[in-house]
Amino acid sequence: MFSVFRDLIRYNIEFTIGVVLVGVIVAFSLLSFASPVDPTAIYTTIPDMPPSAEFWFGTNSRGQDLFWQLTFAFRNTLFFGLTVAVLSRIISITVGLTAGYLGGWTDRTLMFFNDIFVAIPIFPILILFYFVLRNNLDMMKLALIMACFGWPFDARLIRSVALGLKHREFTRHAVFAGMSPARIMYEEHLPYVMPIVFSTAMANMIWSIGLEVTLAVLGFTNINVPTVGTALYWANNHSAMVVGVWWWIVIPVVLIVMTFLGLFLLAVSMNEYIDPRSRLRRMGA
Amino acid sequence: MSAPPLLDVRDVSKVFTMGGVLSRKQIRAVNEVSFALSTETPEIFTIIGESGSGKTTLARMIFGSDVPTSGELKFEGRDIAARRGADRLAFMARVQPIFQNPFEAFNPLKRVDRYLASTARRFLNARTEAEMEGPMDEALHHVGLSLKEVKGRFPHELSGGQLQRTAIARALISQPSVIVADEPVSMVDASLRMAIVNLFKRLRDELGVTIIYITHDLATAYYISDRIIIMQKGHVVEMGPARPILEAPQHPYSQLLKRSVLSFDDAGRGLITRSGREEVDTSAEALVKGRLEPAEDGRLVRVG
Amino acid sequence: MADDILTVEGLKAYYQMNYFGVEREVRAVDDVTMRVMANEIYGIAGESSSGKTSFIKVLAAAIRPPFRIVDGRVTYRFNGKPIDVAHAGEDEIAKIRWKHLSYIMQGSMSVLNPVRRVRSTFEDFAFRPMGLKRDAFWEAVEAHLARLHLEPGVLRAYPHELSGGMRQRVTIALATVCRPEFIIADEPTTALDVVVQKDVLAMIREVQQALGSSVVFVTHDMSVHANVTDRLAIVYAGRIVEEAPTRTIFTAARHPYTRHLVASLPRIGDTSPKPSLEGRPPSLAEPPAGCRFHPRCPIAVERCRREVPVLEERPGGHRVACFRADEALPAEKILNVEEPLS
Ligand SMILES: Nc1ncnc2c1ncn2[C@@H]1O[C@H](COP(=O)(O)OP(=O)(O)OP(=O)(O)O)[C@@H](O)[C@H]1O
Ligand SMILES: Nc1ncnc2c1ncn2[C@@H]1O[C@H](COP(=O)(O)OP(=O)(O)OP(=O)(O)O)[C@@H](O)[C@H]1O
Ligand code: SF4
Ligand SMILES: [Mg+2]
Ligand SMILES: [Mg+2]
Repeated sequence: MFSVFRDLIRYNIEFTIGVVLVGVIVAFSLLSFASPVDPTAIYTTIPDMPPSAEFWFGTNSRGQDLFWQLTFAFRNTLFFGLTVAVLSRIISITVGLTAGYLGGWTDRTLMFFNDIFVAIPIFPILILFYFVLRNNLDMMKLALIMACFGWPFDARLIRSVALGLKHREFTRHAVFAGMSPARIMYEEHLPYVMPIVFSTAMANMIWSIGLEVTLAVLGFTNINVPTVGTALYWANNHSAMVVGVWWWIVIPVVLIVMTFLGLFLLAVSMNEYIDPRSRLRRMGA
Repeated sequence: MSAPPLLDVRDVSKVFTMGGVLSRKQIRAVNEVSFALSTETPEIFTIIGESGSGKTTLARMIFGSDVPTSGELKFEGRDIAARRGADRLAFMARVQPIFQNPFEAFNPLKRVDRYLASTARRFLNARTEAEMEGPMDEALHHVGLSLKEVKGRFPHELSGGQLQRTAIARALISQPSVIVADEPVSMVDASLRMAIVNLFKRLRDELGVTIIYITHDLATAYYISDRIIIMQKGHVVEMGPARPILEAPQHPYSQLLKRSVLSFDDAGRGLITRSGREEVDTSAEALVKGRLEPAEDGRLVRVG
Repeated sequence: MADDILTVEGLKAYYQMNYFGVEREVRAVDDVTMRVMANEIYGIAGESSSGKTSFIKVLAAAIRPPFRIVDGRVTYRFNGKPIDVAHAGEDEIAKIRWKHLSYIMQGSMSVLNPVRRVRSTFEDFAFRPMGLKRDAFWEAVEAHLARLHLEPGVLRAYPHELSGGMRQRVTIALATVCRPEFIIADEPTTALDVVVQKDVLAMIREVQQALGSSVVFVTHDMSVHANVTDRLAIVYAGRIVEEAPTRTIFTAARHPYTRHLVASLPRIGDTSPKPSLEGRPPSLAEPPAGCRFHPRCPIAVERCRREVPVLEERPGGHRVACFRADEALPAEKILNVEEPLS
C-alpha cells in the first residue's frame, strides 16, 4: 500500500498537487480539535478585525475568530460531503452492478425505482424535510437524505458498463471458477466502474456541498452548526461585503475552491492507478 | 433399467432474436441436435463445423450458460437448466468449460492465478494457501507450465498460448467428468497442440474424463476423436465414428470440409484457390427439409 | 534495395518493467534483421510466446510501455518516402495508419467495442481514410464483407452476438477495406473453419496480388504458411533462426528447430506418434546463453553453449543461425520420436 502511494507521488504530478491541496484543507479542519474557542459561542473577541498576526483570518461581525470558526466549518462540510458521496456511491454501485449483471426482472425492478428517484425534484423535498424536522435536522440526517437522491444517474451509468462486462468471456470463466455473483460483481466488475465511481464521487461532492451551501445561505438548514454554508449565511446576514468585512466571504470561498480542485486532481490520478495499463504507460514514459 | 447416460442431448434447438424493434430477425443457431454420451466409456466427442454453425451455442447449453429454446439437455438423468444453487455448483465441478479466446478468458485488470485459486477453493474446499497451491501447481504441470511462471502475472504479460494453457489447467483443478473445450488449441503452435491433444487423450484413458472437443482442425480431430458430429448452419449433417467419417465423408458439406484442408504438397507456390463452396448446396432450405438417415459404419448422414 | 518496402535492422525491443519494487526485462525481440519486398507475403512462424506478436507490434508501430525499442531501425518506404516508425512521432504514424499500413491484431475482440454495434466501429476507423460519400462507403463496406462471406446484417450486431469466426472476419474486413499497401496480420485465421479459412486466405492473396501490396503474416499454423507465404521466417525465443523461400523451409530446412517443426505436423489419415521437443520454451526474461535453442537441441555441441550463432546467408536467399547447418545429419538424429511432454 505504501509503495503504491510512493509510486503515485513519484510518477504523477497531479496526484502530488492533489495530495498537497487536500492535505492542507484536511489538516486545517483537523485543527478544530485543538480549538481554544467554542464555535457556537458569539462575541468572544473583538468583532470586524481584518486579518492580522493575531487573527490570521480576521474576526467576523459576530465576534468570532474566523480562523477557528472555519476549521469547524470545513470539518463539518468535508465530513458532510464525504458521507453523502460514500453513501450514495454504495447505493449506486450496488444497484448498478446488480441490475447490469443479473439482468431480467431484477434489472427492470431496480431501474423502475431508479427512474422514480430521477423524476422526484430534490430541492422542494429538502425544504419539506426542513419544515418537518426543524431543529432535529442535523448534518447526518441531511447527508442521509441527500445520499438517497444522489445515486440514480450514476447507477444507470454503472449499469451500462456492467451490461457490457456481463457478455465478456472472462465473466463466464469466473462463473466456472466458482465465483459467486457477489464476488464477480465486486471483484471482477468493480475495477471497471471505479473510474466512474471516482469521477462521479467528485461531481457528487460538488453537488452535495453546493446544495448544502445554497440551503444554508437561504436559511433552510440548522444555522447553528458551523459549515461553509452557514458561515456564508451569517456573512450575508451581516452584509459583510457592504460593510467592508470582505475576508468573511473571500477566505471561505478561496478555501472551498482549493478543496474542489484538490479532490478533482486526486480523482483523476486515482483513475490511472486503477487502470494498470495507463499506469504502466506513465511509468514507462 | 440401465443407468441414465452421462449426458443426454435431445432435439435441442436455440433461436436468437437480433436487432431492434423495427427490424427483428430470428437466427436459428442450433437446430434439433441429439446425441448421448455414456458413463461407462469415456470418449473424445468432437464437434466440427462451419463458423457460425452453432457449436459454441451448443457448448454453452451443455454447460448450462444458456437454455435451449426447445428440446432437453440432461446430465446424469437430470435437467441441466433446472439445477440451482449448491446443486448447480456441484454440476459445475463435474462439467467444466475451456473457452475459445484466451485473451478474453481472463479479466485484464486481474492477475490470472486468482481463477485457479478460486476454483481450488470452491470446488476442492481448499482452505489454506498451501492446500490451494498443490492442486494448482499439479494442474499447471499437466499443461507444461508451473505455478511460479503464472503467479502474480496479469493476462497482458502472458502470450496467447500461455494463457490458453493456464485456462486448461484451471478446468482440470476440479477433476471434472466432462470437459467442454471450445477450440482449445486454435491459439497454440503445432508441437504444443499435439501435447495438449495428447493430454486430452490421457485424461480420457487415465482419469476417465469425457471430452467434448470443438475444433476446426480436422487433423487433430482425426488423431484423437472417437466420435464426431459435423455441423452446418445449426444442423448436424453427419455424425458417427470419427475415423471412417473423416476418411470418407458422405455429406456434400463434409466432403467440402475435407477438400478444404490445406495441404503441404505445394508449399510455397502460392497456389491457394477458393474452396468452391458455392458449388455445394449450402442453403438453409435444403438442410431444414433433410433428415438424418443411418448409413454405413454406423454413421448418420443428412439426406433430402 | 529499391523494391524493399520494409527494412528492419538490428531491432531489439524489450518489455522493461520496474513497478512496485520488482524489476523484469523480457527480451521478446532480440537483434532481428530482415526485409520485406514489395508484392510479397512474408510469413513468421514460431512457437507460442516466442515473440511473434511482440515483433509485429513494432512493425505496426503499436508499442506501448513497458514495451520499448532498445535499439535498431524499422524503415518503411511508402511512395518512395522513408519513414522510421521506431523513431517517428505519433502524428507521422497516424498519417500512414489504415491508408498505407494496417494491422490485424491477435484476439479480435480487442478492436471491437463490446457496447457498440459493428457498424460504428467501421465508421470510426474506415470512413475518413476511404474518403467516400456515405452511401458509396456503405456499399463498398458491404461488398467487402460479402467477399469474406459475411452478410450485411453483421453491421447491426454487437460483437457478442457474433460467433468467434465472424468476429475474426469482421476485423479482417476492417483492416483490408481501405486497401492498404502493407498489411500486418497476427493469427488472422485461427478462429475460422477450414472452408472459410481457405477462402479468406485466397482473398488475402488476391487482394495482395491485385494491389501489389505486401503482407506480413504471423501464425503458428504451418499449413497456412505453406499455402500463402512466399518467404518464411522461423522465430525461436525472440530471434530469427531460419529464413528462406517457403518451399525451401518445407523441403530443405537446415536448422534443427525448423526440421522438427516441419516433421511434427499432423495430417489426416496419420495416427503415428509425432515427435515432440523435450523441455519447455525458454524464458525470455533469462534466455539461455549461446544458441538459445541449445537446451532442447538434440545435436548441440559445447560451442553452442558459449557462442551465439549468427544468421548466415547461404545460396538461394536462405539464412540460418546454426553452427551445424552445413553438416549432413540424418533425420533420426534430429528428431527424437517419443511420447510428448506430460
Ligand atoms: N447472444 C447472441 N445473440 C444473437 N445471436 C447470437 C448470439 N450468440 C450467437 N449468435 C448467433 O448464433 C450463430 C451461431 O453462433 P456460435 O457462436 O454458436 O457459432 P460457432 O459455431 O461457435 O462459430 P465459430 O466457429 O465461428 O466460433 C451465429 O450466427 C451467431 O451470430
Ligand atoms: N505487456 C507485456 N508485459 C510483459 N511481458 C510481456 C508482455 N506482452 C508479452 N510479454 C511476454 O513476451 C513474450 C513474447 O510474447 P508474444 O505475445 O510476443 O508471443 P507470441 O509469439 O505472439 O505467442 P502466441 O503464439 O502465444 O501468441 C512472452 O513471454 C510474454 O509473456
Ligand atoms: S547452434 Fe548448436 S544448439 Fe543451436 S541449433 Fe545449431 S546445433 Fe543446436
Ligand atoms: Mg465458436
Ligand atoms: Mg501472439
